[in-house]
Amino acid sequence: MTTNIVEIDQLSFGYKGRLLHQGINMVFPRGKVVAIMGGSGSGKTTLLRLIGGQIKPSKGEVRVAGEVVHQQDRDGIYKLRRKMGMLFQHGALFTDLSVFDNVAFPMRELTDLPESMIRDLVLMKLNAVGLRGAHQFMPTELSGGMARRVALARAIALDPEIIMYDEPFAGLDPISMGVICGLIRSLNDALGATSIIVSHDVKETFLIADYVYFVADGVVAAEGTPNDLMQSTLPFVHQFVHGEKDGPVPFHYPAANYQSELLSQQVD
Amino acid sequence: MSVDRTTIDLWVGVFVALGFAALLGLAMKVGNLTSSKIGATYSVTAAFENVGSLKPNAPVKSAGVVVGRVDNIVFNGANYEAVVTIKIDKRYAFPTDTFANIYTAGLLGEQYVGLEAGGDEVVLKNGDKIAKTQDAIVLEKMISQFLFSKASETDAKSATTPASPVAADSALNNNLKGAKSTELGDPPF
Amino acid sequence: MMQSNLLTIIANKLRGVGHRMIERTWRLGVGARLFGLAIVYSGESFKRFNLTLREIYFTGVMSLLIIVVSAFFVGMVLALQGYNTLQKYGSSEAIGVLVALALVRELGPVVTALLFAGRAGTAITAEIGLMKATEQLSAMEMMAVNPIARVIAPRFWAGVISMPILATIFSMVGILGGYLVAVPLIGVDDGAFWSQMQANVDFRLDIVNGLIKSLVFGVACTMIALFEGFDAPPTAEGVSRATTRTVVISSLTVLALDFVLTSFMMVV
Repeated sequence: MTTNIVEIDQLSFGYKGRLLHQGINMVFPRGKVVAIMGGSGSGKTTLLRLIGGQIKPSKGEVRVAGEVVHQQDRDGIYKLRRKMGMLFQHGALFTDLSVFDNVAFPMRELTDLPESMIRDLVLMKLNAVGLRGAHQFMPTELSGGMARRVALARAIALDPEIIMYDEPFAGLDPISMGVICGLIRSLNDALGATSIIVSHDVKETFLIADYVYFVADGVVAAEGTPNDLMQSTLPFVHQFVHGEKDGPVPFHYPAANYQSELLSQQVD
Repeated sequence: MSVDRTTIDLWVGVFVALGFAALLGLAMKVGNLTSSKIGATYSVTAAFENVGSLKPNAPVKSAGVVVGRVDNIVFNGANYEAVVTIKIDKRYAFPTDTFANIYTAGLLGEQYVGLEAGGDEVVLKNGDKIAKTQDAIVLEKMISQFLFSKASETDAKSATTPASPVAADSALNNNLKGAKSTELGDPPF
Repeated sequence: MMQSNLLTIIANKLRGVGHRMIERTWRLGVGARLFGLAIVYSGESFKRFNLTLREIYFTGVMSLLIIVVSAFFVGMVLALQGYNTLQKYGSSEAIGVLVALALVRELGPVVTALLFAGRAGTAITAEIGLMKATEQLSAMEMMAVNPIARVIAPRFWAGVISMPILATIFSMVGILGGYLVAVPLIGVDDGAFWSQMQANVDFRLDIVNGLIKSLVFGVACTMIALFEGFDAPPTAEGVSRATTRTVVISSLTVLALDFVLTSFMMVV
């Protein structure tokens, strides 16, 4: 057994002729909370999908627990996915099932546990995210923060070794953000799992991450502990961490010369 | 959206039961499943010079009651006749001198085979042939013969020469009664 | 100069036609693949038949009301119109035959399929489209649960089972509607109504053929609805367009298939 549960090796991915990633190397050690950060559209979520085997890399490979993901057949990928739990950006709760049934879903689908045991497990998971009292609600009756917590309970339903979070803080109020933040850290340590967080919220991510990768222009632009990165003098990291408007990532989308475009007759 | 499992089971049960009830209704009340289910049958054949528009699966009736169905119709190239195979319910036995006619239900309705029982002691068995048959009435033929006889009647009156109307009349009669029946005795009507 | 311009215009038009043709064919292929996969992974929808039962409830039972009401009115109108014409020929007793044959052979299967596409088909497309847009299908896949086995196949079989049942109910209710108009209202003889019907409606040629038609329509309508939902762009606009397309394509397919099936059944 390697100490790194997930390894990304020389990974390139692109579609329709546009390369999104060009030779990315990352390692995710067991038991750690590792964050992948970068601007919108830098392909962070795609990395999670590559780890989950939903898409195949153009070049390079992703290894989960020592196995190359894209070389697996359907059964192999499903076996690997049973080691993973994923929290989607907007929760992705099944809208036709109640909160209880949502959390019970993976247990009912993937195990042969008796219904009484499923009941206890679901209530335990819901208790862990503080929503045991809301088990009879439908997803549409929940606030955004509560829905995210239910989705988190569902993601950890089968005690995964890897928990992936896709923008766990996006669109939450500060209180919910703090709650989720605390949950990610505590669940990781309680389950002995490895957490991979994809986010662009610097403050919360730096608070809980052990290690951070910065992705920009398809490569890992910087990496290190949150402390290292806060001190970083790299212009891109500095701009991102401190939220500056202009810098290496320009305010303007590349365009023709402003003056000449205004003077010309048509937009082409 | 969330519906109780037992409610779903109940409603789907009702739904399927309704479907079966409707199918049963269609089969029994609307369709001819009851009447076409004749059960065990025996086949006999009958030769006609003209079957008109008789089709396979047309009813075979006796005294107006369906007793069987037309199985198939083939053309016999040797004597230029149509050989009709009919299946008759085993419960009904017919004498060997039974008369097979092709009738039309109503003026423009479908054609069916009518059986009129004779008086013979021996009954028809599987594979037997009904000897006495009467062809389908072809409307056009009848009308043209009728017109022809009318025309010759008026001719006869003006020319005062008899003979031809009689010939025309007997031709019409022959056609109506069926030429084949004459050699076998009186037609039963 | 003029000529070469004209040539480019024609070439561009042809290119447009070719592009659309290729795209349509490609979509047809993707749809056929989904159909194949739905069949391959339908084991679960029979093993866990309550999944399918649930969908029969939503597609079949929920369509019952619209089917019964429409059938009743269709049958009544048929009887009224049929009487109008038949009484001129003095054969108003044949009204039962007319109503029964029209319903059992054509209107039962076809109108049911059209209503089904509007009632259940759109619901299926919108549901699957939204499940895709809100990443529910993706989430399922990441939980190592195959969405085709868990979501597509039960809905497919539910549609295939529901359609003939609905069409049979439609025909029967329509005939009852026709009976109500013909016998108590117009005064056609009760016995003649039913006996003429029985003499002229063949179980095998009319009723069974009608059932075969509705079974084929069931496969087509459900598959189109599922495919449009599965293939919908994950946006509000994409889902709404897909829903519209479900109705349009299902209706056209049903009418075209009806012609093909009828002509085959005539030959036999």
